[in-house]
Amino acid sequence: MVKAPVAASAIALMLAAPWAAHAQDPSASELARVRDEMKALQRSYEERMQALEKRLNDAEARAAKSETSAAPAPAAQSDASTALPAAAQPTPAPVAASAVPAQNAFNPAISLILQGTYARTSRDPNNFVINGFVPSGGEVGPPPRSFGLGESELVFTANVDPYFRGALVASLAPDNAVSVEEAYFQTIALPQGLTLKGGRFLSGIGYQNEIHQHAWDFQDAPLAYQAFLGGRYQQDGLQLRWVAPTPVFVELGGEIASGRSFPGSDSNKNGAGSAALFAHVGGDIGESYAWRTGVSYLRTSARNRTYDDVNAAGAAVTNSFTGRSRVWIVDGVLKWSPNGNSTYTNVKLQGEYFRARQDGDFTFDQAGAALTDGLRLAQSGWYAQSVYQFLPRWRVGYRYDALSRGTVNIGVVTSGAATLADFPALAVHNPTRNTAMLDFNPSEFSRLRLQLAADKSRLGATDNQILLQYIHSLGPHGAHRF
Amino acid sequence: MITSLTRALVAATVLLTATPAFAALNILACEPEWASLAKELGGDKVNVSAATTAMQDPHRIEARPSLIARARSADLMVCTGAELEIGWAPLLQSQSGNSKIQPGQPGHFEAAAQVALIEVPTRVDRSMGDVHPAGNPHLHLDPANVARVATALGERMAQLDRGEAAGYRERTRSFLERWSQATARWQKEAAPLKGMPVVVYHKDNSYLVKWLGLREVGSLEPKPGLPPTTAHLSDLLAQLGKDPAKAVLRSTYNDPRPAEFIAQRANIPAVMLPYTVGGTEKAKDLFGLYDDTIARLLAAQK
Ligand SMILES: [Zn+2]
Repeated sequence: MVKAPVAASAIALMLAAPWAAHAQDPSASELARVRDEMKALQRSYEERMQALEKRLNDAEARAAKSETSAAPAPAAQSDASTALPAAAQPTPAPVAASAVPAQNAFNPAISLILQGTYARTSRDPNNFVINGFVPSGGEVGPPPRSFGLGESELVFTANVDPYFRGALVASLAPDNAVSVEEAYFQTIALPQGLTLKGGRFLSGIGYQNEIHQHAWDFQDAPLAYQAFLGGRYQQDGLQLRWVAPTPVFVELGGEIASGRSFPGSDSNKNGAGSAALFAHVGGDIGESYAWRTGVSYLRTSARNRTYDDVNAAGAAVTNSFTGRSRVWIVDGVLKWSPNGNSTYTNVKLQGEYFRARQDGDFTFDQAGAALTDGLRLAQSGWYAQSVYQFLPRWRVGYRYDALSRGTVNIGVVTSGAATLADFPALAVHNPTRNTAMLDFNPSEFSRLRLQLAADKSRLGATDNQILLQYIHSLGPHGAHRF
Repeated sequence: MITSLTRALVAATVLLTATPAFAALNILACEPEWASLAKELGGDKVNVSAATTAMQDPHRIEARPSLIARARSADLMVCTGAELEIGWAPLLQSQSGNSKIQPGQPGHFEAAAQVALIEVPTRVDRSMGDVHPAGNPHLHLDPANVARVATALGERMAQLDRGEAAGYRERTRSFLERWSQATARWQKEAAPLKGMPVVVYHKDNSYLVKWLGLREVGSLEPKPGLPPTTAHLSDLLAQLGKDPAKAVLRSTYNDPRPAEFIAQRANIPAVMLPYTVGGTEKAKDLFGLYDDTIARLLAAQK
């Protein structure tokens, strides 16, 4: 230990020596460099710091005298690199500060999403329904006609401590309602590739489900998401994910949660109302292609989950369902960009296939006739979409949606107590939709989109939609998932 | 019985871990320059992979499944930092489930924390483009910065793999010695480049421009991170009429068209610089990167 100060002084001398040779016209940047060196070395080498301080004082004095403010001489910088081998002598250095401090010290990173639309639709969006499927009550259908404010999102994220990360995504709806999109903690210190998430979060099922609405490639969710998950599936519960230590990406996850949202409902029972399992596999093909595919399973239970309809006589009724529902999803995404450089041009292909079953008791006209019998639904749906960035700021996309009504077994209809005309929402219909979009991205933080759709969600009617949309991201650069 | 079984197990473990093919440290480098540096400092004691190539814009990488898989098994993640990788590295950290590479852990190394960054904006506002709020992160094109990062990285590797610490320190010392000799040679070779007026694409060559004393007279990007527009390029041409440049510089991953547009009209060469290791045939490692960069600039100046 006695030798340390001696060695440090020697290093200081070596650092200081070349300075004298080059320091005729020290510039401001040179002074800044010395100042920064000082900061970095302060902790470990007190002696060296004093020497550097002297250098700085001398240099400042000379700079004050010097009239010319010449550009930094390249030669002057060689002193640092030639002297560094000496500084690199094995020393038990402390763990250096590993990151440049970002954002506002300990404040969470805050970002804000602003969105809005202008819509023209040939059918009244207030009467939107996906015929043949149980209404989800979720955020489905086209935006309101004329000018409309979209959801504004406020995102806060930060590490809680060395063990947890926290995030809050608050959504401010145009009707002035504030809702919690996501509010979760996530572990960052579990071993073996495990991550535990708790709170409210977007479920890991499917591909698009975990992507925030403002990052979608179309203004609205695929019909399959709207029909089977009410737009997207949120969980209030726990999620455990495991990434395998393999060269190919393999991720397994499971969730247990309250299952309050469609296709589940608040069942006011102890224990989990929903459970989900998912597996994702992904990788690269050469340098230009990246892919991911997965399978997911969601089970939820519902108690008195209601929806409004009109009976054959035209009177308003409320029907309710108590039972369980299961959804299976197969998803896949393939992205291409030349040599993996997506800046100028890239193509994204994405598709998901859904199968959904519901089994339980179904009550027709809860407040009136109150006829109860079984309900069995076995339905499916899929979508495929592609987005092509053909110029640095321009993307064009196309999406095709199809739903298959499949088996709809309504007990009270089979028994003759009611007719299918008493269930217009579940009318025999296989919805489809064609959507095209063009977006212009002035920068990574703003997007203007034109979207055209011919939506055959309703029985016997096509809704022709023209949408203009803006999306602005304010605050720290967001990281978007694959 | 039990003791002999234990002995056999211990022997097997020792044999397995002592196999020369066994790499002690798994390193995921965010950019090829740090992968090359990690190989120099780690030799056969490390298993290094680069998350990106010289063909890819380091600002715009996606957190692809293959990268998450690689982050999962990394003992050390070596990145530039200063928010260069802000669009993707945080996702690798949060989605890989790897506690070792989280911010603040010894397994997370940021080069930018080891050097003084240039072009630190005094005011940060996105109306100025996609500015790097912590300063210019393209720091590996100043050899003094590489030396500083090497010193810190070698020490970090020694800390993480204490058994091989002496080896890392020895290789770091040897690298720094070769590096300072090479730096002296480059400075001699590049002396004629001093004061050469150039047009750059993005601010990714700023450290090079500063180190070699080139004079930056304009940039193809109207504002950092925004793609070149025809309006901006014609303004730039008019400006070059008054204050001519000797070359238009771009990196391998940049679109060649805007640089060629200016080059043809201003009648100056468009020079593609490797920017990082793997950017050209000759830029096989950090030494080759500097050799080829200087050779290309000298060729353009003639
Ligand atoms: Zn940059």
